[in-house]
Amino acid sequence: MKNMKPLTGTEAASYAMKQINPDVVAAYPITPQSDIMHGFSQYVADGKVDTDLIRVESEHSAMSACVGASAAGARVMTASSSQGIALMHEIIYIASSTRLPIVMNVVNRALSGPINIHCDHSDTMAERDSGWIQMYCETAQEVYDLTILAVKLSEHKDILLPVMVCQDGFITSHGVEPVKLINEKKVKKYVANYKPKHSLLNIKKPITVGPIDFYDFYFEHKRQQVDAMQKAKSIYPKMAKEFSKVCGKNYRYIEPYKTKDADHVIITMSSTAGTTKEVIDVLRKKGKKVGLLKIRMFRPFPNKEIVKELKNKKTIAVLDRAASFGAEAPLYSEIRSSFYEEKNKPEIFSYVFGLGGREINPGMIERVYSELISGKAKKENYLGVRE
Amino acid sequence: MPIGGIIIEPGNSKNYKTGSWRTFRPITDLKRCIHCMQCWVICPDDAIAVKNNKRIETDLDFCKGCGLCAEICPVKCIEMKKESEFNCNKKIKNKKM
Ligand code: SF4
Ligand code: SF4
Repeated sequence: MKNMKPLTGTEAASYAMKQINPDVVAAYPITPQSDIMHGFSQYVADGKVDTDLIRVESEHSAMSACVGASAAGARVMTASSSQGIALMHEIIYIASSTRLPIVMNVVNRALSGPINIHCDHSDTMAERDSGWIQMYCETAQEVYDLTILAVKLSEHKDILLPVMVCQDGFITSHGVEPVKLINEKKVKKYVANYKPKHSLLNIKKPITVGPIDFYDFYFEHKRQQVDAMQKAKSIYPKMAKEFSKVCGKNYRYIEPYKTKDADHVIITMSSTAGTTKEVIDVLRKKGKKVGLLKIRMFRPFPNKEIVKELKNKKTIAVLDRAASFGAEAPLYSEIRSSFYEEKNKPEIFSYVFGLGGREINPGMIERVYSELISGKAKKENYLGVRE
Repeated sequence: MPIGGIIIEPGNSKNYKTGSWRTFRPITDLKRCIHCMQCWVICPDDAIAVKNNKRIETDLDFCKGCGLCAEICPVKCIEMKKESEFNCNKKIKNKKM
């Protein structure tokens, strides 16, 4: 196939960025994200894009530069991981509350400490209430497609929220997969030009960005953010459908795999969904009624769609690649709360796995299914840890 | 209301009256005032009004009662009085945005 290319997850992200050709990119290197910017700066150096690439001295400055450029009316992208995101934290909130449509490719990596460079979702879970839309990708293909879609989603006039497109550190980011590419002209036509309603550079209509906002207005602005997320949730399906004409696939908020007649279902995000599908295929051959529900969009959270898909199941295991100390794991907690209103709900179990890059293999996922089937699952489980 | 906390109307801080923050009110004895304009220079809120090169009454919609004018006045003709001594019912109203 002539439009197939072997790409790593990071290359898929930088290739999408090249085709999008954003006005401004500001970033700081961090493992395992660095490869995205490595690839993209090569495109800049080779004159393949006319992006202003701002090399800054920290991620705090990277996101600050993104905020400034976006407020000036530019289409802006960046990328980061783990500590980088933690250092950006302050400005991450400013980007979303100022309603700037910045797209950030995130390569998920465990947050220190102790220091670790491998995959888990603690870095983006720490930003789940930051007001950014969050999408989690299973494959390099999804990274590529969703990066392009994210640009349109964030810039939609009724949404105007920044978006994180997340992929699993090293597992997705550094593994090579075949990726079906979209013709560059088609990508450019799809993303088109960004025309902001207000911009700092429009001297005919001067505006102030980031003024002090006290008790008399702040609350209303927060309420607007709540509304924008709700709008994102209602607008997204239509946009995904439109994008399917460009990329050939309809990326729903959730992706069910063999759930129709399943009794026992695993819910998880990102690359682990792929491993789970393999296990399902094996177990299905043995007559086990098992399935998977992959969550693609975590913010806004598609609670109703999840319940609709799974309300008749017997058991659900929620596999979280992040812990919440002193409370339930983040995805598990969302799933449990989504089912709260239901009269007959499945039994839901929590499995925390893969922290700091701890291996998650088919055998472990098979164990989860067998615990669900035999009724031996505990409410709270830690998969693959030495107790 | 515009989203993102941006201000799309230039100069509209004039509509954002900050006088309600005040706990002390400057009362100026204009008969003793020598119109040196030192209070006009130091006022952080631009609340000292001037007309035909003469200092006139303080603009209480914006004065926040910091007392700098009273402190700098060379003839000490500004007295800071407790806001509670005045009619509190007359609230400052901000224009709706
Ligand atoms: S009290 Fe402060 S704010 Fe009020 S007029 Fe004097 S200097 Fe200005
Ligand atoms: S400082 Fe005193 S004397 Fe000078 S203009 Fe102000 S009120 Fe008048």
